[in-house]
Amino acid sequence: MTRAERIRALGLLAPAYLWLTVAVFLPLSAMAFFSLLTEVPFGEREWSFTIANYTEVFGNPVYATLLWKSLKLGFWVTFWCLVLGFPCAWILARMLKGRSREVLFLLVILPFWSNALVRIFSWAIVLRGNGVLDRAVNAVLPWDVNINLMFSEPAIIIGLVHSYLPYVILTTYLSLQAIDETLIEAARSLGARWPRILWRLVLPLALPGLIAGAVLVFVPVVGSFMEPRLLGGRFGTTYGTLIEDQFVAVFNWPLGAALSFILLAVVLVILAAASPALRKAAT
Amino acid sequence: MKTILTPAALALMTPMALADEIRVLNWQGYGTDLDWAIAAFTEATGHTVVHEYFTSEQEMLTKLRTNPGAYDVVLINSAFTPQAQAEGLITPIDPMKVPNLADVDPALVANQDLNPGGALYGVPWTWGLTSFAVNTGDFPEAPTSLSVFWDPAFKGRVSIRDDALEAVQFAALATGQNINDITDMDAVKAKLTELMPQIATFWGAETDWNQNMAAGQFAVATYWSGSAARSISEGLPVAFVVPEEGAIGWLDGLSIPASSTKQDAAHAFIDWMIDPDFYVKWEAEGAPATSNTAAAAALPEESFNRKVLGDPAVVARVQFMRPVADETREAYLALWQELKAGQ
Repeated sequence: MTRAERIRALGLLAPAYLWLTVAVFLPLSAMAFFSLLTEVPFGEREWSFTIANYTEVFGNPVYATLLWKSLKLGFWVTFWCLVLGFPCAWILARMLKGRSREVLFLLVILPFWSNALVRIFSWAIVLRGNGVLDRAVNAVLPWDVNINLMFSEPAIIIGLVHSYLPYVILTTYLSLQAIDETLIEAARSLGARWPRILWRLVLPLALPGLIAGAVLVFVPVVGSFMEPRLLGGRFGTTYGTLIEDQFVAVFNWPLGAALSFILLAVVLVILAAASPALRKAAT
Repeated sequence: MKTILTPAALALMTPMALADEIRVLNWQGYGTDLDWAIAAFTEATGHTVVHEYFTSEQEMLTKLRTNPGAYDVVLINSAFTPQAQAEGLITPIDPMKVPNLADVDPALVANQDLNPGGALYGVPWTWGLTSFAVNTGDFPEAPTSLSVFWDPAFKGRVSIRDDALEAVQFAALATGQNINDITDMDAVKAKLTELMPQIATFWGAETDWNQNMAAGQFAVATYWSGSAARSISEGLPVAFVVPEEGAIGWLDGLSIPASSTKQDAAHAFIDWMIDPDFYVKWEAEGAPATSNTAAAAALPEESFNRKVLGDPAVVARVQFMRPVADETREAYLALWQELKAGQ
């Protein structure tokens, strides 16, 4: 690289690095600093350094219980996103053309355009007893059923899957579209049936998209707090709501920051454990 | 001028002649700073009123400590009156200068926290409750006991607020304990553990309480008296209940700083603040319950503050909240988190 090229590269990279510094590095460092304090250093509060916030988290089984619960929630939401997202991406990428594809795309992206709270409250209207779902099912079925999914674990999963499904569909769509049609034709001409083509050809080739989508879903879901709180009722206490409480209700920022960093560490460990698969998929 | 005149001479003078400017320290928009009320007070006594506001009890105490002589009347929640008295910030009330005190509920005047050291340091002004409300669709007849929360018939349609202190005190009431001195925490824990499967969700704010009640999701839920009055006036089909087990109460008193130089005017203002004429007008604009039995009796018959809270028998069942130590608060929070995490 010549000097001029290097300067140009620097100029092009500068906005991105500046943004990373301001939006990621600085707040994260501030939180790392807070997590080691006894008190939030606002106003005239006395504060000193401590690791008590971290020992508190490891000493109290409540935090571990909730972390496990949130990880399980992340797993199930990711699972359902993949199961529902893959066929949808397949239809988008391989079966639809022109106007109908655009319409379906719009429907997939629509959740992104609406406010998250509005989405959740509309789910509340649908899921509650005597709500939209309950009435619709009862209008069709000849016998009476009572469907009240509101304030339950399925309600949390439904709300979260709806919010995060577009990520999986979009990433999978991209990798499915990149599959060369002639590969599938070759497989068929050699006598492979659909299940075999799907399992041996399409799935492996779509894997990078599926994994990218899974990571995009899993990480935010483990830390989610709004959907569990609003849809989960008494089941809605998660690791995310615990962190939210520390910041909003109890005003214990140091403990909240420590909880966030432990979550970050756990998520990084999980991603690191999955990285061989990730690397294999990328090649 | 005041140093020359004796109190007797002061009393004999016409109102205009001893016109003072009194400074009142209160939450903003909390009764004392109503324009029409101050105008009426100035017209009757000649004293003018200036307000200063605080946004937390700690700020109020700090202002009293650091600005001696700056305030003449201060609103203090009864949980903080003993601390203000112990620090020498406030002076005893002279009942002779507050004629309306005769109509104030004796149970409130005798409140332990308003009488630190055996003298009345705060005139009971307003109070309110954390109790519960029921959906009148499910309860044609309002229940009289907290036990409805544990009634299997309402499984999944019960709610309490997501607040550790409130939850623990609520369970203390249900187990027949003193909310300010809970001796049997095991009973509280057992009672709350038993309550959890009954609960649909924890409510956080008035709006979600109202939504869930309106949608029929809640049949019975804890609630604040002031919020219940608002919900009822908005037409929600709910009834507020003060059960036989009692309810959690808060009580606000009006006190006079020890450093005030306008004690007579301050007493006159406090007297006006508990006057039925003032309260009836304020109540129409949405006031909490009054301490003055005569004022409650002067309200329209269907008014919430008369019908539900105006009965001295209700006041007698209320356990007023006392200060809670930080360690106690943390212990309650740990219990509450453990219970919620176990769901």
